[in-house]
Amino acid sequence: MSRISFENVEVVYKTGLKALKGVTLEIPEGQFVVVVGLSGAGKSTLIRTVNSLVVPSSGRVVVGDVDVTRARGAALRAARSDIGMIFQTFNLVKRSSVIRNVLAGRLGDLPAWRGVASAFPRADRAYAHDCLERVGIPEKAYVRADALSGGQQQRVGIARALAQRPSVMLADEPVASLDPPTSHAVMRDLKRIAREDGITTVVNLHFIDMAREYADRIVGMRDGLVVFDGTPAEASDDAFEEIYGRPIDDKDLRGA
Amino acid sequence: MLDAGLPRPPRAGAIKSWLTLAAVAALIGLALRQTNFNLPALFTGAYDFFRFFGRMAPDLTALPQIWGPLLQTIQIAYVATVIGSLIAVPLIFLASANTAVNPVTMWVARTLLTVLRSIPDLLWAAIFVAVLGLGALPGVVALTFFSVGVLAKLGSETVEAVDPGPLEALRAVGAGRNRTIVFAVIPQIAATMVSYILYVFEINVRASVVIGFVGAGGIGVLLQTYMGFFDYPGLGTLIVVVFVVVLAIDGFSVWARSRLI
Repeated sequence: MSRISFENVEVVYKTGLKALKGVTLEIPEGQFVVVVGLSGAGKSTLIRTVNSLVVPSSGRVVVGDVDVTRARGAALRAARSDIGMIFQTFNLVKRSSVIRNVLAGRLGDLPAWRGVASAFPRADRAYAHDCLERVGIPEKAYVRADALSGGQQQRVGIARALAQRPSVMLADEPVASLDPPTSHAVMRDLKRIAREDGITTVVNLHFIDMAREYADRIVGMRDGLVVFDGTPAEASDDAFEEIYGRPIDDKDLRGA
Repeated sequence: MLDAGLPRPPRAGAIKSWLTLAAVAALIGLALRQTNFNLPALFTGAYDFFRFFGRMAPDLTALPQIWGPLLQTIQIAYVATVIGSLIAVPLIFLASANTAVNPVTMWVARTLLTVLRSIPDLLWAAIFVAVLGLGALPGVVALTFFSVGVLAKLGSETVEAVDPGPLEALRAVGAGRNRTIVFAVIPQIAATMVSYILYVFEINVRASVVIGFVGAGGIGVLLQTYMGFFDYPGLGTLIVVVFVVVLAIDGFSVWARSRLI
């Protein structure tokens, strides 16, 4: 469990693009936050400042008591090992087995030589299998990752993040590559695990109905700024039209 | 004029094409003169060519002499390929933008590889025969250098083309560079690299025949001896044997590579 504070975070990319124009946001421990906005609004950039995959040009992000933005080298790797991340395209190593992908989640906490030699302690191997159990695919451990369906691959992605024993979980458009029923199943898993383990979670989504269904809190972004911050009940259709800067339609809904 | 109504292509394009053609023709003319190229000589030489081949009717009594150097040739290629591959591994990751330690070491590694590749295998052999003396050792060292240059170049291009997703995921996990390479990069490049290594072994077998000419061991030394003593039947046997062996190794390598990917 860790809180996340964004303190006046700005990001300017080398191309000159201003992705974030001063975001200040406080996310308390254990909250399940959904960030909504059109593509290009800065959602992906925001989420990546939490584990310093994108380094802010000014301002800082603090996770727990760690100033992630200033962390370098071993301190940064230690901070990252406490922050799980799942991706739109899963980012699994397709030619490796499922269990090896999950074990990769343990790498941040192991001495480098153990990682390079793939000499995982017995407890870590057992824990990796537990993580697969929790996402409902224990029988897939020794299957190659690219032999799984999209929904199963995203579950492996969640298991890899869980293997880190994270106190924070980041999810960048985790269901954008999945069909509607699978999307809901993955979001339910994510929410259930966040509750059970008290993991502070930030999920980027652009589907209005999913945001309302799963979020404790919805943050709306437009053009690098937070333009909405409220409960799902407060996030009316009007509020979404304000966030998206256009009328909303069926394409903004995932459906059941 | 069928195309009278069609828009005309821009004139500058046509002029460029003619200039290019003229430049190619001029260079060929110059090169033909410089190399004393003589078409009639090719035809009068054809007679000698076939007479020469007639004298090269293989003499099987030469076979026992051939096996030893032939085996040495293959061993030179084999050792050079294995050692070259091992040396290439760290260089591949140092020279690839997505796995480099920092821009300075990346530049150093790339420059080193460019220098390695710009020296042909026969020149390497001549250099190491001069340094180490006659024998198989300079051959091994020469082909090792050559292999490192080729493999590191091909490997680095493969590494730079891998799916960046898993690398980002491993960075997010907090894994360091070496762990990221082992878990996210090597599984993606392993099959392709084994294929390249087999390919370099093929090249090395052929090259190790030639480098014997400058005294770097193997069957090339015997080849040069036969030529020096005008032993055409022995030469014929040797050529046939080398042809068959190289063909067999190429066939094996092609088969093995087709099963990899």
